[in-house]
Parts: sequence; C-alpha cells; structure tokens
Amino acid sequence: IKTLNKANLKESK
Amino acid sequence: MIHKYKLGGYNICLDVHSGAVHLLDDCAYDILGIIEETEKMEELPDEKVYAVLGEKYDREEIADTYQALYEIYKDGLLFAPDDYEQFAGMMTKAPIKSMCINISHDCNLRCEYCFAAKGDFGQGRCLMPLETAKKAIDFIIANSGTRRNLEVDFFGGEPLMNFDVVKQTVEYARSIEKKYNKNFRFTITTNGLLLDDEKTEYINREMNNAVLSLDGRKEVNDRMRVTPNGKGCYDIIVPKYQKLVAGRGDKDYYIRGTFTKYNLDFTNDVLHFKELGFDQLSIEPVVSDPKLDYSIKYEDLPRVFEEYERLADTIINSRRKGEYFNFFHFMIDLDQGPCAIKRLRGCGCGNEYVAVTPQGDIYPCHQFVGMEQFRMGNLHDGTFNTAMKEDFARANVYSKENCKDCWAKFYCSGGCNANNFQYEGDIRKSHKTSCELEKKRLECAIMIKAALAEDSDEVPCDGEDCFAQCH
Repeated sequence: IKTLNKANLKESK
Repeated sequence: MIHKYKLGGYNICLDVHSGAVHLLDDCAYDILGIIEETEKMEELPDEKVYAVLGEKYDREEIADTYQALYEIYKDGLLFAPDDYEQFAGMMTKAPIKSMCINISHDCNLRCEYCFAAKGDFGQGRCLMPLETAKKAIDFIIANSGTRRNLEVDFFGGEPLMNFDVVKQTVEYARSIEKKYNKNFRFTITTNGLLLDDEKTEYINREMNNAVLSLDGRKEVNDRMRVTPNGKGCYDIIVPKYQKLVAGRGDKDYYIRGTFTKYNLDFTNDVLHFKELGFDQLSIEPVVSDPKLDYSIKYEDLPRVFEEYERLADTIINSRRKGEYFNFFHFMIDLDQGPCAIKRLRGCGCGNEYVAVTPQGDIYPCHQFVGMEQFRMGNLHDGTFNTAMKEDFARANVYSKENCKDCWAKFYCSGGCNANNFQYEGDIRKSHKTSCELEKKRLECAIMIKAALAEDSDEVPCDGEDCFAQCH
C-alpha cells in the first residue's frame, strides 16, 4: 500500500 | 465508505470520509473487494478471505497484505466513519460573498448551445445601467456580513458590449471597499470579439481572472460559435486572446470551451489550445435539451469516458516530457483542498452566490436567470426572498438522496442545482449524466496524481509546493 496524501478532511477548523 | 477502481495500470482506493487515497497492489485490491461491504476490519482475516483468494496468492502473502490494510484501518484512513451529517445540519444562511453581474443581456454571437438563449436569457436584449450595477455592489457589501473577500464576475451576454459600465462599476467598488473593509476580486467572461488594445490592457490590470471563450479547433469552434450572419469567430478572436494572455503576467486566466456530441474527440481541442500557446484550459460538456442533435446523452458516456482517459494519459505524457498545461477539470488537491464545510456547501448557489440581471432582478446563479419561479428579488424595490435563500442553503450532499451515499460527494458537493432542475425538475435530484461525468473526471484526476507521484517518488507531497508542481 502506498498512501498518496496527508488527508485532513475530518480536521477541516 | 471506499471507492476502489483500476485505471492507467493503477489500483486506486479513495477512503471517502477521511479523504485518504491509497495505491494498492493486486492482493490488497482483491482483499478490499471481499471486505468492502462490511466497512470494518478485524485484527485477523476471516477464513473466507483465504478461501476466495487462496488460488491466486499464498496464505502468507494474504496475511501480510491484510495486516498492512489493518494498520491503515487503525489509523483512520480506511473505512473511516461518516461524521459529517452533523455539520450539514448547520448549513443555514451564509453571507452573500459572490455575485454574477449580467452586465449585458445582449450578445454579438449566436452560439447554438447558449444557455442564455443566445444572449438575452429570453428577456429581450438590453444593457445594465450604471445605477443598477452600483446597486448590485451596494447589495453584496450590505449582505456580506463579516466576509472580507467578495467576488464579482462580469457576465452576460457579452460584457464587452457594456464595457464603460464595467469600468465604472469596478471604479465604484474600489472607491468604497476600504471603507467597508472589503476586498473585491473581479472576473470577466468574454467571447473576445470586441477586445482591442485598450480593453485588453484594462482587463489585464483590473481583472483577477479572465475567462476567454473558445471551443477548440477552428472547425469545431466555428460550427457552434457564430455571428448573427452565421460566420465563425475563430480567426478574429484567437490573435486577440494570444495578445491578452501574453500580457497577463501572473494573473489567472482560462481558455474555456464547450464540447458537444460533434467533438467527442475533445482531447484534440485541448491540445489545440496548447498549440496556440495557452496553458490554463477548461472544456466542459454542453448543457442542453437532450432532444438536440449536439446534446450529450447518457448513452454517449462510454465514448466521453474513453476521451477523458485519453486526455488524462496525454497530460501524464506531457508532464513526463517536461511540458506543462493545466486542465481545470482535472485539478485536485488531495492534501489541502477546500475544507469539509466548503465541500458540504458546494458552489453556494442561491446562498453565498447570486446573479443579477440588467433589470436588477436577483437569481440564485447565472444558470437560473430568466426562470421566473427562481427570481429571488429585485435591487430597485428592495425585495429579497430569504426563504428561498434558506432552501438553497439546505441543499447539500446530505439533503440530496442520491448524494448521501455517493463516493464523490466531497468532490462534487452535490452537483449543480441548475442542472438538477433543468434535467430532473428538482434542485435536490441529481442529474445522472452530470454525476457520471463528474465521477469520471475525479477518477482521472486522482489517477494523474498517482502516476506523477510514482514518477517523482515524492510521496506524500508537500502542501503548496506540491500543488504548484502538479498543477
């Protein structure tokens, strides 16, 4: 598995 | 919820509620295919996983791959729960912060597919008086609350047919913005026919964005975008656009076209834009009565999908050769896109965004203009239908039946209310063809990211710098 991003949808304050 | 798909040789998985995007090997992809319906993972795989995949992979590989998936599951990046409906409930009235000013309901072209009824929105040809334009500026300031950034798009019809009023409106807004602690950003959308050196210099100085209409190759453009006497406009406008873009500096612009059933090979039109020296490109499917010859129908989707894939491959190959052009509808920022609240709100049509006609009538957006049942009020008599505004404010992905459980909901934000109404008769009923097109564009956009990430081996990318490189 390679994760492409630093997802911050939940955080998106 | 996850969405997994294969494209361009990649196995891709979008975890909808965390926003994480994963590239998977075949074994991980196949395991997800077995467990995705349960939307949860136990520490060890069910025997069913071994039974189904036992002929394809050995037991150790399945166990090892499952553990890798379980780790990202524990990190909240796989099957993340949907915690967003609580925020959707907070989507009530917001300040109005952007406005489309239809500065002209007249046009010097008679484009076949024009949603503005060839310029006048079915309301008779006329230009907006300065008094009305000033009232529009006063209206957005008065209704913008604490919002500082206000956007105004000069639209029509053809705005250059009323250019003196455009200039006086900008001057008026600039003269009062500091007093009210506002920052106006202006856009103009033009067909280019009336561009001259003076207008070009003004647009490049005063307009934050310029949207320049052109459909692509000469024969494609001139088939649909014609003057009242039936002549094409390509030869007149292309040199003017090239001159404008050459003087644009670092300000935004887009060459924006419409593709129809007549040019489903629209990758060639995008490449033609590039050959003309343009690098900020947008081409959108026509919105029209499905009975018309040039309309794009549901049965055309496989061909359009094939073309979007071809365009995506073309973009990847161009980047690999060090060539750059940006296709607006494949732009996606997987790290720092809009916040979840913005994704729930969508374009803000009828809530944060309104359109104003030369008569001072207010509509939810430029595509609703002329639909009497959506007239929200009038600048001159001071009326404004706040109940309609609230109704649009509540039209988000959790109030649209087909959107709530859709993997693309945080990217399309529930689609276009105007398209929904035009095709389905209800702003909350999503238009299936538009949905499928948007989903395909998203799949291609994510695949481009995957391909470029593989090339650069810079995973994960890094915020602003990454965005600049990839877009």
